[in-house]
Amino acid sequence: MRKFFLFSVLVSLVICGFAFAGDKPVKVGFVYVSPIGDAGYSYAHEQGRLAVDGMDGVTSSFVESVPEGPDSERVMLNMARKGYDIIFATSFGYMDPMLKVAKKFPDVVFMHCSGFKSAKNMGNYFGRMYQARYLSGMVAGAMTKTKTLGYVAAFPIPEVIRGINAFTLGAQVVNPDVEVRVVWTKTWYDPATEKEAAKSLLDVGADVIAQHQDSPGPQEAAEEKGVYSVGYNSDMSAFAPKAHLCAPIWKWGGFYKEIVDNVRRGTWESKAYWYGLEHGIIDLSPMSDSVPQDIQKQVLAMKKDIAAGKVTVFTGTVKDQEGKIRIADGVVASDKELLGMTWFVQGVIGTTQ
Amino acid sequence: MLGLKITKRQEPLVWSSCLILMGAVVLSLALSALMLALQDKPPLTAIALLFNGAFGSWWAVESCLIKAVPIFLCSLGVAVAFRLQIWNIGAEGQYAMGAIGATWVALTFPDLPGYIMLPGMLLAAFITGGLWGLIPAVLKLRMRANEIIVTLMFNYLAILFLDYLVYGPWKDPVSFGFPMTPEFSPSAVVGKIGNTELNWGLALCLFAGLAIWIFFRFTRYGYELKASGENIRAARYAGLPYDRLVMVVMILSGALAGWAGFIEASATINRLQPSIMIGYGYTAIVVAWLARLNPVNIAVASILLAGLRVGLENLQLDLQVPAAFGGIMEGLILLTVLAGSFFIDYTIRTRKKT
Repeated sequence: MRKFFLFSVLVSLVICGFAFAGDKPVKVGFVYVSPIGDAGYSYAHEQGRLAVDGMDGVTSSFVESVPEGPDSERVMLNMARKGYDIIFATSFGYMDPMLKVAKKFPDVVFMHCSGFKSAKNMGNYFGRMYQARYLSGMVAGAMTKTKTLGYVAAFPIPEVIRGINAFTLGAQVVNPDVEVRVVWTKTWYDPATEKEAAKSLLDVGADVIAQHQDSPGPQEAAEEKGVYSVGYNSDMSAFAPKAHLCAPIWKWGGFYKEIVDNVRRGTWESKAYWYGLEHGIIDLSPMSDSVPQDIQKQVLAMKKDIAAGKVTVFTGTVKDQEGKIRIADGVVASDKELLGMTWFVQGVIGTTQ
Repeated sequence: MLGLKITKRQEPLVWSSCLILMGAVVLSLALSALMLALQDKPPLTAIALLFNGAFGSWWAVESCLIKAVPIFLCSLGVAVAFRLQIWNIGAEGQYAMGAIGATWVALTFPDLPGYIMLPGMLLAAFITGGLWGLIPAVLKLRMRANEIIVTLMFNYLAILFLDYLVYGPWKDPVSFGFPMTPEFSPSAVVGKIGNTELNWGLALCLFAGLAIWIFFRFTRYGYELKASGENIRAARYAGLPYDRLVMVVMILSGALAGWAGFIEASATINRLQPSIMIGYGYTAIVVAWLARLNPVNIAVASILLAGLRVGLENLQLDLQVPAAFGGIMEGLILLTVLAGSFFIDYTIRTRKKT
């Protein structure tokens, strides 16, 4: 009798042990390059984090405004030491520091956004934002009267150049003679500088302002002048109610939840995650009422085609600014070519320096 | 008017000054805690987290020391210039130029062994940083150009030059077009001390700090500097070589900031990238002033400031305090310490009614 009693106590203890082991919450950490109040890039990531936070058995936290470079290494080290299980770093400049930290903490999963290096416990991810940019380009091309589109851009890196090219190609679908003027601000987030840059584009006759920046500065400039604008990162219509046409936006929630689930189930693998419209990681915000219904229908139909894989944005023939053919007729540009894109398509006025 | 009389003390307080400064810091911490409480964040936990994050564990102390290195070097440089009342606002640009000089050596001669490479980079950083300090000095002497404006403008020149180099001739071919130089070869990286995260930049700080202290205390030039700083006209009248002093001081100032740039590029990120420019040159001005231009105080102030920043990250992570709060805290501390410094130099007495 005693043996049976002891045995049942042992079994119940073991069962409890398993239950407790499953109860340990997964800690997820996020590193942002700008404040979450930027209403742009980091704000979009934060929305994704809140989605993860809502999952059962998951806690999360973040550190914002972390400069790229040595400070980020310290922040990630700190998170790993505090027992975080998954760390997402959301800016390109965090790549090398993350690699260093990943080597020291092989049991932690590291995910780097917008980079290209990886390790056994570090993967990288991004979204095919250029697809949404293509759609926004179509809207801008349809709405411009001066045939000049202005683009306030941050740094001449492939990600930004790719976005400008996709935007131009989309605009040229509805308006073949349109030209896109590019101005570099050399900052991801500086509302005052971005607004000034937008104003300089307005001065050369642009009547739609698009941006690859993290603040709504350019939107405000467009609103003040009474022209149109295309936002980025999140729906910026609150900042420019009359000007804002649409915006390519991020929807990180679903992706982040998927990664956390994969890690919990042990099915996570280190690779380059580059999802697009078909996964819902990017989207075009609802178009404003100023956009005519037939244009809206055309854009939504194109969106469905891209999501279904029937249309790809960077398919030949595509010429660069000098007229040289960069993507031959019918050829689809490979991911590698897209990731290393340092040339502008015909129709873009500006340099990649 | 209020019956209060403000008089300058004959001798500024020495020992009580420590108490006053500590009191100032405590006051600013209390104000910050109050602000946190208004935001519904637990104030005492926050202050505890701040200290814990900055000094509570060995690796926290390491992080503080690592972060203090560039702040210390830049502040030392700025203090050297300020002693002569040369207002060098150009530490940021001199820091960039030092990093560029060191990078040039690392990229042009990647196969040099460590014992030639590192001194070479050190020398290059000294020359480029020093040059960037010398040019405004010459402009000041020859054309009476205001060094505040010239050094400030030179910052922009240096930063843009750095951008040009990393986007253009020095861009890493395998980096997919992102602005960064190729990684430095291992012999060009300032190594870590033993098993810790600390790098040998700390040794450079010690050396620079000691050298400057000896320079001011025990050499003739150092004495001339102090005298000229107190009263330029009297010094000139006494025949001290003011012009030469200005040039020497600005070269030293620029070189020290240049060394900071070299350490950051080599030891922490092992390449040249625009992201090393996070305002150490401007922070240095604040630190040098707060520390009253004294090398020992500068060392203490650098470590404390680095500690504040490191601790603040902890606060962000655990309590989700916004990053902007860090700027508020730093500003509060600066203001209270400045106010405290007032009491070290002046005393307030009530006017006696006769």
